[in-house]
Amino acid sequence: MKARVHVMLKNGVLDPQGEAVRHALGSLGFDGVEGVRQGKVIELDLAETDADKARANVTEMCEKLLANTVIESYSVEIA
Amino acid sequence: MHAAVIVFPGSNCDRDLAVAFERAGARVSMVWHKDTALPEGVDIVGVPGGFSFGDYLRCGAIAANSPICRSVVGHAEKGGYVLGVCNGFQILTETGLLPGVLLRNANLKYICKPIELRVETADSPFTAGYDAGQSITVPIAHHDGNYFADAETLKRLHGDARVAFTYVDNPNGSVDDIAGILSGNRRVLGMMPHPERMAETLHGGSDGAPMFDSLVDQLANA
Repeated sequence: MKARVHVMLKNGVLDPQGEAVRHALGSLGFDGVEGVRQGKVIELDLAETDADKARANVTEMCEKLLANTVIESYSVEIA
Repeated sequence: MHAAVIVFPGSNCDRDLAVAFERAGARVSMVWHKDTALPEGVDIVGVPGGFSFGDYLRCGAIAANSPICRSVVGHAEKGGYVLGVCNGFQILTETGLLPGVLLRNANLKYICKPIELRVETADSPFTAGYDAGQSITVPIAHHDGNYFADAETLKRLHGDARVAFTYVDNPNGSVDDIAGILSGNRRVLGMMPHPERMAETLHGGSDGAPMFDSLVDQLANA
């Protein structure tokens, strides 16, 4: 079973990398990009076959390691 | 006074930190990250700068979950002293021993230069060798030193005089110019600047030395 975790900076936390990307897009002529937020995607291969258990397990991984919940939010997709 | 300096794969200020403690008169044990316990009788743990585990995932995140860090957290929870410098500060925030987080520098650049700090409080064994309001010069060398914490945390830090050092000319975008903070019991200090790299005149200055002198002095008499 595969899981995909999206980690994003929370709203209100300045994202200097996203801002740099926005500026670079502007200088390439892509007008009208009003905001860029950069995050991470983490893909996990799991031995677990029960989707609910897998989700609970990956959520715990996010809380303990994959995301820093002081500044980051996360979402878990199980497939 | 017995200091332990933790060594992670990618640490690069571990020797510097050990030498600074030794110069001040401490006995120093180097402790490998896979060890599960600190040596007997350790008074203070130094968590050094560097790029532990290549800064993978987030700076300090993997190190904070290493076997020795569980012992470091236990040491702090029992009232032990901990000094985290640079990557060490990032690791301490990741363990939860200190609040907040270090983000990418606002200008996205790695900054390596001596900078001026203001000592905000002399009320801790780390800063007792300075005067509150004193200005000192120590180097910074980091890419992710932009301190961030929510408004409530900042209020608590300021209210309890737990901001130890601020930048005189903020180099990295840190909220409220914060360069270093103390734990609630004032026995854990995390700071981005490197006092161990300015600990003797050969370094170009010794403004970092009073921190180690005062730690050795106070912990030896504790």
